[in-house]
Amino acid sequence: MNEAPVYTKYHPRWYRARVSTYWWSRRWAYLKFILRELSSIFVAYFAILTLLQVRALGGGPEAYARFQAWMKAPILIALNALSLFFVLVHALTWFHLAPKAMAVRMRGRRVPDFLIVLPNYIAWLAASAILAWLLLRR
Amino acid sequence: MAETITLEVTRYRPEREREPTFQTYEVPFRKDWVVLDALNYIKDRLDGSLSYRWSCRMGVCGSCGMMVDGEPKLTCATFLSGYMPGPVRVEPLQYFPVVRDLVIEMTDFMVKLKSVKPWIVRQEEKPLSEGEYLQTPDQLDTYKQFSMCINCMLCYAACPVYALDPRFIGPAAIALAQRYNQDSRDQGAEERLDILSQHEGIWACTFVGECTKVCPKNVDPAGAIQQYKLTSTKEWFKSFLMPWRAK
Repeated sequence: MNEAPVYTKYHPRWYRARVSTYWWSRRWAYLKFILRELSSIFVAYFAILTLLQVRALGGGPEAYARFQAWMKAPILIALNALSLFFVLVHALTWFHLAPKAMAVRMRGRRVPDFLIVLPNYIAWLAASAILAWLLLRR
Repeated sequence: MAETITLEVTRYRPEREREPTFQTYEVPFRKDWVVLDALNYIKDRLDGSLSYRWSCRMGVCGSCGMMVDGEPKLTCATFLSGYMPGPVRVEPLQYFPVVRDLVIEMTDFMVKLKSVKPWIVRQEEKPLSEGEYLQTPDQLDTYKQFSMCINCMLCYAACPVYALDPRFIGPAAIALAQRYNQDSRDQGAEERLDILSQHEGIWACTFVGECTKVCPKNVDPAGAIQQYKLTSTKEWFKSFLMPWRAK
């Protein structure tokens, strides 16, 4: 404070704060966002698992039996349960974000949010019902 | 003795200091005082060298945005009573360069705002004799929410994407582009598409959603950006499927 003033000749000396690498830890909303982003790794895991399952199916009955035995390991059951939880979290939060992106107007009024969310749930239920029918019939 | 509250205010005097510091001031606490009243008290009675921006003191001009206890706020609408017994920390809006004390440098925002053409674009003006461009209440309603923006830049100070990538056009500029895109009198949507559809436009947004939460005028910039992502995607598909219609 007691130093002699230092003036810059042509440009004011702006102060720019560096953004910390841990910017996300400072605010609960940021942390929540980062945790949601990170948890999408489980969604990727499910996609890869499905690809491996298709490959096992292509490898014949023996390969598929090996895949099924492998899937029975307790650690994989636990991992899959955890992944299912995060996939559900992502699916549900995604449904509820849909009205933000879709500002549908009918008869001069914006369609209420739940009418945008609802078809997502209906489509989800319908897809699940078709899959259940395909897998469980006989 | 009358009740008081302590304010910890950022001081940055570039002719003397390399980095900002905090200075504490003890101001009287009054139930009907907002943070801006406390700053004005400091300026008038305690320390005339404190610099900050303000004008209307009624949430219209958008000049007095600052970080109050780490949250972007209009200081004219933030009551001291919410921070009792204190201390309250008052800092310049984060993610912007600081010019002095609580004053930030906003040229970046001004340039970005102008780049999205936030005015009514007409391909051809109709002659004066035909009168004004009329609009129904429904047509007004489609964009009215976005038109409430007062350019206070709180949404930029809440946006981690803007913090990490300062090239991002940012919430308010995109919301204002949407304000004109959805205006029935406007014909500039196509001109704005090129600017908004860049990576630094809407696609940099990761939908943290904090811009909408801090907005003092309920503009919902996060909604505007997601809606435009949908529009931009539709336009891309159209130009992909019908290349002969592309410009």
